[in-house]
Amino acid sequence: MTTRIPAIDGWFTTAGEPALLGTRCDSCGSYFFPPERMLCRNPACGSTDLAEHELGRRGKVWSFSINHYAAPAPYVGKEPFEPYTVVAVELGAEQMVVLGQLAEGFDPATLKIGDEVEVVIEPLFTDDEGNEHIVWKWRPVR
Amino acid sequence: MSRDVAVLGVGMHPWGKWGQPFVEYGVKAAQDALADAGIAWRDVEFIAGGETIRNGYAGYVAGATFAQALGWTGVPVATCYAACAAGATAIDIARSRILAGLCEVALVVGADTTPKGFLAPTWADNAADPDWRRFRLLGATNPTYFALYARRRMELFGATEEDFANVKVKNARHGINNPNARYRKEYTVDEVVASPMVSDPLRLLQICATSDGGAAVVLSSMDFAKQHGVADPVRVAAVSTVTPTYPNTVIEMPNFSTDSAATVAQPELGFRDAIAAAAYEQAGVGPDDLDVAEVYDLSSALELDWYENIGLCKAGEAERLIRDGDTTIGGRIPVNPSGGLACFGEAVPAQAIAQVCELVWQLRGQADGRQVEDAKVGLSINQGLFGHGSSVIVVR
Repeated sequence: MTTRIPAIDGWFTTAGEPALLGTRCDSCGSYFFPPERMLCRNPACGSTDLAEHELGRRGKVWSFSINHYAAPAPYVGKEPFEPYTVVAVELGAEQMVVLGQLAEGFDPATLKIGDEVEVVIEPLFTDDEGNEHIVWKWRPVR
Repeated sequence: MSRDVAVLGVGMHPWGKWGQPFVEYGVKAAQDALADAGIAWRDVEFIAGGETIRNGYAGYVAGATFAQALGWTGVPVATCYAACAAGATAIDIARSRILAGLCEVALVVGADTTPKGFLAPTWADNAADPDWRRFRLLGATNPTYFALYARRRMELFGATEEDFANVKVKNARHGINNPNARYRKEYTVDEVVASPMVSDPLRLLQICATSDGGAAVVLSSMDFAKQHGVADPVRVAAVSTVTPTYPNTVIEMPNFSTDSAATVAQPELGFRDAIAAAAYEQAGVGPDDLDVAEVYDLSSALELDWYENIGLCKAGEAERLIRDGDTTIGGRIPVNPSGGLACFGEAVPAQAIAQVCELVWQLRGQADGRQVEDAKVGLSINQGLFGHGSSVIVVR
């Protein structure tokens, strides 16, 4: 049986609705992704009270890049290689841009800046023991 | 009180893919800079080295490595790492020592030997390293980020693939006569837009390579220069090493996100604008005073961003500058007369020093085959990973 392992711990939900996990400062309200747990990075604040916060699930494409060559390790690409797309997404409430790969099954040629996308949890790669490593990706809403 | 320091000498080892230890390039550049200055190594009172992280321990302690290779003299040393900004930071340390009166003459050296292909994380399996994480989780190479900016320009300002190609064509033409450049070949727009797509919308000939090379400068106090018989040296009038101001709302390598602007208003100037603004303020000059600039064209598209960041034009007008030939030698404000990274490729800890070498040759009228007429004020600019500003203004 395939085991699903988060490719990184604590950055996204692994049950229920897919969502990115960030933090929000209890004192000034600033948002952080990846989750900042040490200190609020607003230099006018500096509070240590940071609470977990599920980032908005939908956003708009700020820009994207279609990679035609495999990145070096530790990236694990498809065999044989397939071009893959990295999307930068603007989140409305958090007013921040978050990167992620484009979800499986979407032709990046049809993607445009300003398109609405939503976060999904999908396989990133399968390791030699057959474990499926999962990660967040952005899926166009159509 | 003047905060200028004199540039007594500059030197470079040609850029290429030579495959030799980085120390050789650094020593050659240092010896050339010392000879250019008319200073003996044993008379240098401080050495600053730009660190290279891809050449083992000798690279981590580059300043001492160069000092050892040149022959131990007991000279005080510093080594600094600031990614692409390492050279400017090393220059700033040397300049600060001189301005503090702790030494009269200092040598700054950077050199690198680079592996083939994409720059990759240096730690094989360290999941806590943000650089490791962006490769693992996203496959986000450096050109991936350059491509995000490039597509943004196309969307916001109507930049075209031909505009980006024209930057490469211009820089290739500039660099053809530069003996230190690695690529000395003219290109046409058609050749550039027919080169392989790497990170769409950027093609191979629009992305800078990684190179071997070395660069060095000899700096001194203005008094020392005078006593040394140099009445009118090129002077370093500013070194800007600023970091971003929160919230930084442009996605930067190797980050997964920008800062949030939800609760704190964006600063008046974005990070790249702020790097230039700090340099201009220190030097007491503005964009209209510039005669020549060396900007970090990691991609051809990024050179257009820099035009706006250093105030050559307003946001959205950079395409007009390249179309009108304003930034070509002979135009209103030549940019990258050296050929830029398009002709050099990047030798990380040497590159910001190499930018200064070129400006010094330009201001001395020694840039044979690529001379900008009557250049008196030059600016170099770039940015190191994670938020290291790097800009130097030289005047004569």
